[in-house]
Amino acid sequence: MKNILLRLFLTFLKIGATTFGGGYAMIPIIRNDVVDHQKWLSEEELLEILAIAESTPGPIAVNVATYTGYKIKGFWGSVLATLGVVLPSFIIIFGISILYNYVKDNPYIAAAFMGIKAAVALLILTAGLRMLKKMKKTWYSIPVFIIITSALIVFDLFALNFSSVFLILGGAALGFFLFYLLPIIKKKTKKESDK
Amino acid sequence: MIYLLLFIEFLKIGLFSFGGGYGMLSMMKETVINRNWLSEAQMLDFIGIAESTPGPIAINMATFIGTAQGGILGGAIATLGVILPSFVIILLIAIILKNILQSKPFQAIMAGIRPVIVGLIVGTGLIFTYGLIGLKDVSTFSFDYKSLIIFVILAAITLAYPRIFKKRINPLILIAFSIFFGIALFAI
Repeated sequence: MKNILLRLFLTFLKIGATTFGGGYAMIPIIRNDVVDHQKWLSEEELLEILAIAESTPGPIAVNVATYTGYKIKGFWGSVLATLGVVLPSFIIIFGISILYNYVKDNPYIAAAFMGIKAAVALLILTAGLRMLKKMKKTWYSIPVFIIITSALIVFDLFALNFSSVFLILGGAALGFFLFYLLPIIKKKTKKESDK
Repeated sequence: MIYLLLFIEFLKIGLFSFGGGYGMLSMMKETVINRNWLSEAQMLDFIGIAESTPGPIAINMATFIGTAQGGILGGAIATLGVILPSFVIILLIAIILKNILQSKPFQAIMAGIRPVIVGLIVGTGLIFTYGLIGLKDVSTFSFDYKSLIIFVILAAITLAYPRIFKKRINPLILIAFSIFFGIALFAI
């Protein structure tokens, strides 16, 4: 009984320690361990969890760990699997953050970071553009995308204090109204006019 | 009380971090700059480190910022804050709400959110890019042509890589290139 909890912890510890970059890069490694090796999930279940992960907040690896842990061993299974997947990055980053304060003023390290900054800006931009390419282009999504992108830049340039949380909540409210309430209202008024 | 503040701020970031990693960067940027925890340049350093180490970016960033503000306990509390929302939500889905994702209202809400997330990520990428080459503060106008050169070279590598190797460039390889050009242009 304890054995399976330990195995959940160790398997997700390994996944946490070997997945770089986060997001979709970790899926092949997760599949190899969780589906092929341990047989905790079927291929269909993994796909289903990935779909869930897409529409819930939080890193995919953490979502898969929580779900798998719960399925195999209930609440404590989910706690240990999640702890396992988080622990390696926590320890590594903790070590680096201590080191960072000592080395950041070294001229070579500082120069390396000048380069890294350019890479990071580019990585974020390409990830965003890739999502834009995949996004379904509709009368809703295109204007919203343009408004949000320009709003963010205006807030930044004029140093306005505005939280993106409100933009996300606004998108949620708009989606609920346009794609759920409005079709219901339309149906109702159509029925009444038919009478 | 720095611990409580870290916990609440990262709980908020964790709750709204859709879109796999990059989705929460605009919120994280607002938080760390408003709270004076990091400058925009330091934030880019941190993201670079988070990209080059294992584990999800959101967690790496939480550990890093938390540790810088409140030592190991601060790091642990920020990390706990950022994963708690997704932990609770996935647990609820696994236990009872399996069908909520297929429900019409939920799908309508997600359709409303999706383009917002794409806009947030593209916008953040653009902000970091023009900040990098010094175009943010036009009054001082400290144009950083070296960073622009590195950015253009890296963009060319990103575009050329799939044509040669038939797959997308691994972020780690891009970061290795960026370190090389950073040292070549800024230290030598």
